[in-house]
Amino acid sequence: MLLFFFEQVQTAAALRPHLSEAFMTARPRTKTSTNSAKKAVVAAPTHQTLLLNASGIVKRFGNFTANDDVSFSIYEGEIHALLGENGAGKSTFVKMVYGLMQPDSGVLEWRGQPVTITGPQHARDMGIGMVFQHFSLFQALTVAENIQLALPAGESLSGLSDRVRRMSAEYGIGVDPDARVHNLSVGQQQRVEIMRCLLQNPSLLIMDEPTSVLTPQETDQLFDVLRRFSDSGVAILFISHKLDEIRALTSRATVLRRGINVGTVDTDTRSARQLAEMMVGEMVGDVARNTAPSDGDVLLEISHLSRPRPTQFATPLRKISLQARQGEILAIAGIAGNGQDELMEAMIGEWRAESDGIIFLKGLDITHAGPAVRRNAGIGFVPEERNGHAAVPTMSLAENNLLTSHSLDGAVKNGVIDDDAMRQAAADVATAFDVRLPNENSLASALSGGNLQKFVVGREIAKSPEVLIVSQPTWGVDVGAAMFIRSAMLELAAKGSAVVMISQDLEEVFMIAHRIAVLYDGHLSAAMDATGLTAEKVGLLMGGSAAGKGPDA
Amino acid sequence: MISLIPRKDIPLALTVMTPIIAIALTLIVGAIIFATLGYDPLRALYQFFIAPVSRPDQIGDLFVKACPLIIIASGLVFCYRANVWNIGAEGQLILGAVFAGYVALTFPGLPGWAMMPLMVIAGMIGGLLWAMIPALLKTRFNTNEILVSLMLTYVAALLIDWIVRGPWRDPMSFGFPLTKMYEDAALISRIELPGIGYLGQLHWGVVGALLLAVGAWFVLSRMLVGFQVKVMGAAPRAGRFAGFSPSFVTVMVLGISGAAAGVAGMVEVSANIGQLQPDISFGYGFTAIIVAFLARLNPLAVIGAGLVVALAELGGDSAQIALGMPKVVTGVFKGILLFMLLAGETFNRFHVEIRLPKSAATKVSAGQN
Repeated sequence: MLLFFFEQVQTAAALRPHLSEAFMTARPRTKTSTNSAKKAVVAAPTHQTLLLNASGIVKRFGNFTANDDVSFSIYEGEIHALLGENGAGKSTFVKMVYGLMQPDSGVLEWRGQPVTITGPQHARDMGIGMVFQHFSLFQALTVAENIQLALPAGESLSGLSDRVRRMSAEYGIGVDPDARVHNLSVGQQQRVEIMRCLLQNPSLLIMDEPTSVLTPQETDQLFDVLRRFSDSGVAILFISHKLDEIRALTSRATVLRRGINVGTVDTDTRSARQLAEMMVGEMVGDVARNTAPSDGDVLLEISHLSRPRPTQFATPLRKISLQARQGEILAIAGIAGNGQDELMEAMIGEWRAESDGIIFLKGLDITHAGPAVRRNAGIGFVPEERNGHAAVPTMSLAENNLLTSHSLDGAVKNGVIDDDAMRQAAADVATAFDVRLPNENSLASALSGGNLQKFVVGREIAKSPEVLIVSQPTWGVDVGAAMFIRSAMLELAAKGSAVVMISQDLEEVFMIAHRIAVLYDGHLSAAMDATGLTAEKVGLLMGGSAAGKGPDA
Repeated sequence: MISLIPRKDIPLALTVMTPIIAIALTLIVGAIIFATLGYDPLRALYQFFIAPVSRPDQIGDLFVKACPLIIIASGLVFCYRANVWNIGAEGQLILGAVFAGYVALTFPGLPGWAMMPLMVIAGMIGGLLWAMIPALLKTRFNTNEILVSLMLTYVAALLIDWIVRGPWRDPMSFGFPLTKMYEDAALISRIELPGIGYLGQLHWGVVGALLLAVGAWFVLSRMLVGFQVKVMGAAPRAGRFAGFSPSFVTVMVLGISGAAAGVAGMVEVSANIGQLQPDISFGYGFTAIIVAFLARLNPLAVIGAGLVVALAELGGDSAQIALGMPKVVTGVFKGILLFMLLAGETFNRFHVEIRLPKSAATKVSAGQN
């Protein structure tokens, strides 16, 4: 049993680096317009007291700079947005403000005094509260009990319940201290979490993408609550990528892009379009690819795919339709957490809809088919997560190759694995896709991220699938491997397959996609021709702002 | 902070030396304990390791003792490889014995060629059905198979107790809780080796156990079902991605291990006891868990691990008889042996790194390069 536990620890440890990798890996820089010249400076509201001032904050992870000379200030009672794409450095910045990390250089000032925030407890003592995107409450306990656990010991439960009721009434939060958490909706649970912060009388409340788990009605209620806090003098730092929300709620927004503060702007005077452009930079559909035949046969068709929220923090899919044609790369752009994982699971067949007629391969209804059947029918899949999803880290490459070929001809005879064929197939993939192995029997975990990614992409392309569905094909891999993978996908499309690529990397999307659709909050936009398409338009869709609303939308 | 870091390459010499070092350490620690308690350490160690295997017939008995352990552990390996925690092999063993006993007692007139296969099949079905309870509860209601399978062991123990005291009790047993003796056709015969004769109690069930372990190895390492089991255990999400069904694997591995335990129960009764009684197992279902892990969940290594554990059991008995050593002391010694073997195994696969928290932080961030 002992060994089992060690294995668990090992697996957990093997998975963890990837999480941080996803967060920290440098992405190739885009051709963006130089921003320093355009950096907008807004006159600070002078009538208020400066609460937090950060200047020249730098944070590096290895040779990747997550925050590069970021300056930021927030005043008492101000609602200030922090806006940016995935990996722009928003989380890194607030983690430093909340004491979870220390800046490598730069100064944080709290009410005019330079401070070193040593940890979250220190931050809370100073008056900084934070509500995380994925908060955690004890489901079996009551609201008051959950709050009591987070507060310093000494307060009686009944006294606390009274305080919760009073505060709840004062701010219109509507939290019943005696309710059991498991009976509450996600929005109500989030209010419990906010209440927990509020009872410690913070002067600054940080909210990390709070609306991603809320319905529109709950979002409106949350904004009312936040406005009341602001009126009573609490400053709110609101992290989001949803442009309309930012414009509705906040007065100023600081925009980060690839670790750099692109500017702090007045959200009343900026349109969603301008904010989108600041967020994603400027890119124009570029012709690095052959033009796809616009009349190619539809190979993969998805029609009105809906999926309820699988877990508390997941995104439901809302009537997603798409058509992938022969010879093209169809990109699904969007910011992480807008339904990418849920859509990928549905396309792989790990999750299957109950009704008929939703997913078709060349007109054949495969809605109810599992992953192995879909593979046999001619679809290849590359999920985002290499370790533990696309590949088993503790197994050899040969076994990992079998993972997606066991249902195909020749791999298994009468239930017995053809060992030689299995090894040969893996070796062929390694040769064809330049996968560098420490030795022949290397475990998947011994490969670098880029090499393993080349392998999991390569093992699918080697089967010449008619449809290839990939998610974040170059996430966290080095530039050389990324280019290799992209040209392999282009080559596959040129041979007449359809490639569906979910990617958060706009540069990648513009580099190789023939058509682009955007996933936002479980909705998929119509696919647009990439040629001539501007990043601004895609950015607006990624931020949930309909492109057709005009420049002042 | 102390961390165990997985070794990237494990030198062959280390793998060979690990069990030797572990046994040497066991001998040293054991000798110290025996000496402290006033026993002659050399005589005590002799009783543990040499005396139980000093005659050919004792070697036969060693295999007989290891037989149920090897059968059960060969099945448990499937469960544990799949991260399914069947702790209830003891109960599945009892149900296997009861089902096989039903065949033996209800159809005493069957000829040997029909009786044995029927009893084996009945034993498999008994263990399998008992294991299906945790399997279905887990796949249907997501219950914890550890608790369910363990609790069912006690249910099984009470069940056989009731059966042999009540409905199946031999009327001629003078009130003892025993069934009728099985007919000869329902008994597993001893092996008569040409030129040597009988080797202790060595019986044909042992041959079956060895074949079963080899078969389990083949299924696990060469067949697609074995691959499914390993993938599900190592990375369940990758298993679903491959198109394997988690429920199917759960049901299958519990079925395999239940059937194996059921066969062990049938063999134990037919080879060694000859009738059903309240106690038919000396905790083989639990000891086999240790055997499975000692074998690093490799069915071929289960044979060796089963023999080592059986030797420790017999050695404990022999030390109790020859030296009057209390049972708790022999138990402690057995514990030390297993501890050393498992610890050695761990240090074989991991090396220890002791770091101060401060430098740990620098290492972690340096690792991000």
